[in-house]
Amino acid sequence: MSQAMITILAQKIAQIILKEPNRTIQADEALISSGLIDSFSLVDLALLVEDEFGVVVDDTELNPDSFDTLEQLAALIQSKQ
Amino acid sequence: MATFSEVLQSAYQSKPDQVIITLQQAGFPDRPITYKDLLEGANGYAQTLAQQGIQPGEVVILILQHGVDLVFAFWGAVFHGAIPAIMPYLTEKLLPERYRHDLEALISVTQPAAIVTYPDFETEVRPALKPGDSVRTLILSDSIEASGVPDFTQFAGLQRDPEDIVLLQHSSGTTGLQKGVALSHQAVFHQLENLGVALELSPQDVVVSWLPLYHDMGLIAGFIMPILTGIHLVLLSPFDWVKAPQRLFQAVSQYKGTLVWLPNFAYYFCAQKIRERHMKGVDLSSWRAVINCSEPVRDDGHQIFVEKFSPYGFSENALAVSYAMAENVFAVTQTRIGEPLYIEDINREILQTRKFALPASNSNASVRMVSCGKPVPNVSVKIVDLNGNALKDRRVGEVAVQSNCMLNEYYHRPDATKETLLPDGYFLTGDYGYKVGEELFITGRKKDLIIVGGKNVYPMDIEQLAMEVDGVHPGRVSVFGIFDEEKGTEDVILVAEVDTQDEAERQRISDQIRAVVTRGSAIALRHVYLVNPGWMVKTSSGKNSRYANRERYLKEINGK
Repeated sequence: MSQAMITILAQKIAQIILKEPNRTIQADEALISSGLIDSFSLVDLALLVEDEFGVVVDDTELNPDSFDTLEQLAALIQSKQ
Repeated sequence: MATFSEVLQSAYQSKPDQVIITLQQAGFPDRPITYKDLLEGANGYAQTLAQQGIQPGEVVILILQHGVDLVFAFWGAVFHGAIPAIMPYLTEKLLPERYRHDLEALISVTQPAAIVTYPDFETEVRPALKPGDSVRTLILSDSIEASGVPDFTQFAGLQRDPEDIVLLQHSSGTTGLQKGVALSHQAVFHQLENLGVALELSPQDVVVSWLPLYHDMGLIAGFIMPILTGIHLVLLSPFDWVKAPQRLFQAVSQYKGTLVWLPNFAYYFCAQKIRERHMKGVDLSSWRAVINCSEPVRDDGHQIFVEKFSPYGFSENALAVSYAMAENVFAVTQTRIGEPLYIEDINREILQTRKFALPASNSNASVRMVSCGKPVPNVSVKIVDLNGNALKDRRVGEVAVQSNCMLNEYYHRPDATKETLLPDGYFLTGDYGYKVGEELFITGRKKDLIIVGGKNVYPMDIEQLAMEVDGVHPGRVSVFGIFDEEKGTEDVILVAEVDTQDEAERQRISDQIRAVVTRGSAIALRHVYLVNPGWMVKTSSGKNSRYANRERYLKEINGK
């Protein structure tokens, strides 16, 4: 389940947020602290998670202390499902 | 004519319990700050500066996050008669080394006597200090004197003259940080009077702002104006807003906000990112004006904003526009509040080729222009040609401004100050525009400056970064902006000449350029376009012609 979720997140982030559909994102790659997902796109990430998984990520959770990688994001989503 | 300190002393004495700021921070309860709280909190900073031997008239750099420390430190510096300058805080994206490089650039020109920051940030700041430089002390936010009842006889700020410099305002990046706009008490008060008339400001107004305080729009409209004129300010953090733009609307609803300033991209951002569930119970009927400022104004952004938020009580007549710049303290023009905007469709070809704004008969070949309004009182605007001669209505030229609220100077930059002044005292803005009667329309920019989300980006700063990448020719990089219709702001494009034809190697160069630019400037490049040697268009003097390179880029991209 978690692996499937990571695959979906990686695809959607590359396509919708980075606008580089061929870009691969590793499960343990830093997303926020590295600046890969910039501050203006964090809200897009929250909306994407909401649309795909029906889970609301609070804006206070949109920081590297809550999650920084796809693995951590998937865990956060699962904890809310 | 008064000074900042005198006005706040009087507010402290006459209305100590008035809540002047409500500070909002995500995850925390709202924090009301009265004039009493403000002056007593700032008093701690003023005393600390005095103890540290900072002299009135010396510059103090503030490196603090959006919040109560920054508020108190700013006013504490003012009460001590020192000159505060707010430096943007280090973000996650930016490399600490690059941040220090920018800080060194700021220090070298501005010659501050002190820097105020957090204990946690000391290790970032310390290495930027060099033996023999102007900074005598690094003041940490945990070693500030306790807040307490101010002894006004001890406030050196009360000895300042209205003509003295009260604050410095910088734009970002190495280039921006080396050009501080120095403003006097008098200039700021004149601006507040002028703007107050234009906005028909009243004590019932409530300003809601998420704008950063290191930018003129945030610092003047979203901080100094409400505090000095006794208008309630609801202050959100830009970091909270960007993650949850609905917070702005919720704050307007909760505190009956009447005035908000937004850069153009924010209209798109809010309309696109906010969902219905975020707007439950939100009532926007108190909103008198949402003022579009600091980026080129687009009517389509206004339209999607109205469409999205009118069901919640937002009135189309609350759309307003202002043309502003730090060199004039803030507003140059302002549309009339509560009245429809003046919009016209202009023949695109005649505008581009003959520099004349002719109303279009055929909407297909037209460009829609939104007026920035008329000059606020005591400000004059003229459009001039290359020789500084005034042009007639509808002729496009450089916008020149004269007023009773101009900058004193670019701080320690007589060269830059001289460059921008016409012999008759008008200030050359670097923006192109035209007038129809007193209405001002902005059509473009003379400078190569790019404005991304309201933030000024100097192309040379980005080009310099890219040249550090192995495989990129020094001097063979060009950076420019392209308007993004969906986002309502400019995207940054980088073109670089490389020798190698190897695909993998080109990919590596491209990735590295992105990484070095992101971490060196906090700017995300939309497109890195690698080209072969000889592609770049240079001017006759061998300089980078960004305009010509942009044209060539657009041709090649659109031709594909």
